[in-house]
Amino acid sequence: MNKNSVAGNNSGESLKRALFDNKVIIMLVVLCFACILIADTNVSYIASEVFTRFGRNTCLVLALIIPCLAGLGMNFGIVIGATAAQIAIFWVVHWGFTGIFGFLLCVVLCTPLALVFGYLLGKLYNKTKGAEMITGLVLGFFADGLYRLFVLYIIGGVIPYDDPNLLDRGFGLRNAFDLTGNIKYALDDISFLTVLALVSILMILSTLAVSLHDKKKGNPMDSKKIGIRLVTGAAVLVFSFVARMIPITNQLFGGTRLIFTDAALFGGLGLILYGIMGFLIRRSKGEKGPGKAIGTAVLGGLLMAGTVIAPVREIYQSIQLPAAAYAVICIFCMFNNWITNTRLGQNMRTVGQSRSVATSAGINVDKTRIIATCISTVLAAWGQMIFLQNLGTFNTVQQQSNVGLYAVAAILVGGATVQKANNKQAVIGVFLFHTLFVVAPLAATKVVGDSAISEYIRMFISYGIIAVSLAMHAWKSAGGNKNKGADAQTAAAVAVTSGASDLPDSSS
Amino acid sequence: METNYVLKMDNISKRYGESRVLKDVQLHVAAGEIHALMGENGAGKSTLMNVLFGMPVIHSTGGFEGTIEFAGERVDISSPQKAMELGIGMVHQEFMLIPGFTVVENIKLGREITTPTIASSVFGASLEKLDRSAMAADARKALDTIGLGIGEDQLVRGMPVGYMQFIEIAREIDKTGMKLLIFDEPTAVLTESEADRLLETMQLIASKGIAIIFITHRIDEVIRVSDSMTVLRDGSFVSRLTTKESTAAQIAELMIGRKVEKLVDDVGEDTRSIQDDDIMLRLTDFHVDMPGERVRGVDLTLRRGEILGIGGLAGQGKVGISNGILGLYPSRGTVELDGEKIDTAKLGEALKKRIAFVSEDRRGVGLLLEESIQENIAFTSMQIQNRFLKNYGPVKLMDKAGIRAHAQEMIEKLDIRCTGPDQYVGRLSGGNQQKVCLARALTMNPALLIVSEPTRGIDIGAKKLVLELLGKMNREQGMTIIMISSELNELRSLCDRIAIVSDGKLTGIFAPDASDAEYGMAMSGMKKGGETQ
Repeated sequence: MNKNSVAGNNSGESLKRALFDNKVIIMLVVLCFACILIADTNVSYIASEVFTRFGRNTCLVLALIIPCLAGLGMNFGIVIGATAAQIAIFWVVHWGFTGIFGFLLCVVLCTPLALVFGYLLGKLYNKTKGAEMITGLVLGFFADGLYRLFVLYIIGGVIPYDDPNLLDRGFGLRNAFDLTGNIKYALDDISFLTVLALVSILMILSTLAVSLHDKKKGNPMDSKKIGIRLVTGAAVLVFSFVARMIPITNQLFGGTRLIFTDAALFGGLGLILYGIMGFLIRRSKGEKGPGKAIGTAVLGGLLMAGTVIAPVREIYQSIQLPAAAYAVICIFCMFNNWITNTRLGQNMRTVGQSRSVATSAGINVDKTRIIATCISTVLAAWGQMIFLQNLGTFNTVQQQSNVGLYAVAAILVGGATVQKANNKQAVIGVFLFHTLFVVAPLAATKVVGDSAISEYIRMFISYGIIAVSLAMHAWKSAGGNKNKGADAQTAAAVAVTSGASDLPDSSS
Repeated sequence: METNYVLKMDNISKRYGESRVLKDVQLHVAAGEIHALMGENGAGKSTLMNVLFGMPVIHSTGGFEGTIEFAGERVDISSPQKAMELGIGMVHQEFMLIPGFTVVENIKLGREITTPTIASSVFGASLEKLDRSAMAADARKALDTIGLGIGEDQLVRGMPVGYMQFIEIAREIDKTGMKLLIFDEPTAVLTESEADRLLETMQLIASKGIAIIFITHRIDEVIRVSDSMTVLRDGSFVSRLTTKESTAAQIAELMIGRKVEKLVDDVGEDTRSIQDDDIMLRLTDFHVDMPGERVRGVDLTLRRGEILGIGGLAGQGKVGISNGILGLYPSRGTVELDGEKIDTAKLGEALKKRIAFVSEDRRGVGLLLEESIQENIAFTSMQIQNRFLKNYGPVKLMDKAGIRAHAQEMIEKLDIRCTGPDQYVGRLSGGNQQKVCLARALTMNPALLIVSEPTRGIDIGAKKLVLELLGKMNREQGMTIIMISSELNELRSLCDRIAIVSDGKLTGIFAPDASDAEYGMAMSGMKKGGETQ
């Protein structure tokens, strides 16, 4: 067959396919733009708000990915992880710990609690296989009740707790829990230079540890790679110290927030260099074509260009990035990627795709699912810590209750399905969902003329988005069946298998 | 010289509740030989393999009796993992493959090659990193061994069925220390050329000293590749043969066997006169696209007043014929009832033409398990024929009293053992559920009754009642019946003619007293004789 004609046919077809595959994202982008047009407000405000929300929410959304891999669907049970974080905060604040130390103490305290919660949740999920999502949702409501009992009665009523946050009657906490002056911005206020120093030290230490470990185990080692890592790490470390001495760099990077203009300038430069290097390496290997490297360089160029175009620069200037929170988001993403490249991750994927195949391959399905749930719950607890330290004050009784809903809505908007989710979808989803979250109430207020509507609009958006994206994904699979029939075959095979298991000897 | 058996299973017995599915079965397989395991549906082949593979379905239902010796040692196989450790592999009939994984990931499933990392030395081996290149190299080697030239990093989704089968095989031979490989009906889903290649691959594997158990009902394949065989029938061991010394006819006869028990005692006097030219139902080039029971072009005529049996092995398409006529699965070709075409694309069309159907899937399709007996009996008639309904202007309501009276009548007539017409059908025994299905079909006053697997899953006493009931309806009321069953014995005791279906096509129509060998050959797809129309 003529290859060219096929390719030509495909490009039109594949564009259509790409549009269809990303229809949920496209729908959201259109919605966001429409709302921005209607709301007719300052784009700088929207941008800064969205980037703040991104730093605040993304870790919670990333906590959904691992259970999704393991076939548990969207883990609405992350609500329970969030309560673990809040309980830890009550005591850390009560004991009077503040700043980053207080924050880390919260993290340390909430981890075992989240592990226990996750284990129980995983146990329950194993008893309700195939209905994990509804189980997680309902369990979230149930846990909500228990948590309220804890917050409104047990604290002070059963467990001694002498604190100004206590209600006057002697037990139960006040409705709003203020973190100002203790752990508000504990993480966010770490300057970019400190983050750089920490990351580079981590990089050097981990490289050394890994190479020592490999040497002991006799694993093959790539000395060139180790060298590059060590040198880069050392260079970054030195820079992070030197930059403090120089007034300009200290002003740019030493503050508690990183202004997006600076980030774009230097990040863009970095991307361009990275792209060109990648391109040169491709050339040296004799591969043709520009590849992805050029795309990276162009993206860097666009980012940099923004800093000199006045209106864009104004938007850039309004965005303040908390460096440490963004670094933690990167670490969460890396963790998710790393897990999938381990045996455990592979087992999770297998379990997620087919429990019966996993069993016949000797994988302990129940244990794998419990581990996935535990990881998710712990990540959710940490994510809630990051969320709360940024928020600064929270509703003692019900801050956690919408965590699952918002996170699930965000990841679905990013193009994830109940069966499949990844970091990219989480990141895109948070951006889109929170853009809509910011602009939709503005637009609605503009149209209706009443600002009381905004909270209603937010609930409407989150539930609506979950329903619509689930429906749209279902539409996707139905279309796929028509084209391919492979899924239909799988379904038929499943039907046959399940029929056969009812009658053990009917197929001999 | 004593033969060196790699597997010796002796005196294996197994019960599922009251029914005994294996009785003192023995299976001996020598190293490096291809040993065929043959038998009809329900002969106990799968159960025997489940015992050998330590499947949970065996151990959760009370285990089994008998001894297993593997590689000269007495072994206790309590789980599939144990079987795998011993070096027993299985190529499943339903593929144990994950469509969303690549070929490598599927071949290495559960046995990934990993390298230890810092995290793994702290938190345990499950955090070891996957060594994807080593896995790919291993998979490539296994694929090359069986001559499958596909890319190892392709996704399994969308591959032809034949490839999937070979990937399963590659997975098994990739396992180290493999001594015995079970192929469960491997050629059932393959095209002819694929099947040829598979048989060659089996010979190749056997030549490396791995013993193979080949489960099949295709006699020609067995004669081509196997060295020896064990024949099972009704859960009992019949014979162990050397292939070279056996003929196809002999094997077929052993598989079917003459059954002594008489299934039907008395169905009343036969006063029917069946005319060869009084055709009630005619199927012409009938195809049905029912997954797992595909029909590929059947021409069949049914004379008024007769009982026509349709037999054949599971998965060959006999069930597809009835489901196709009723319009439950897409079909093409023509179906004519009394010379009038039935539009099978329209669901309910056949029911309106007074064809009643008792489905083989009693609990799934046949009954509303959470409803009462009376509602189950009246349901189809209400829906299709608007009976048992009272009209109140535009509203139609159920005629409860009428339904109840009718149900009471049916309960007495068919001897349905129950607490009353209000009892939930889900609480009844299998035999009584089947009678409710029949009662519903009879309520339609059908001209033609199609019963599919009427005795599946019900005990022998109830079986006899159901069959006698069918016989009586035919003799006394002159009802024309098509009876589809996997149990040849059942068909032979009741039917006037028996059509055998193999691979979606008719391989012959026989008189009930035709020889076992004839039936056996027809069932295994070797076209031979029989009275054709």
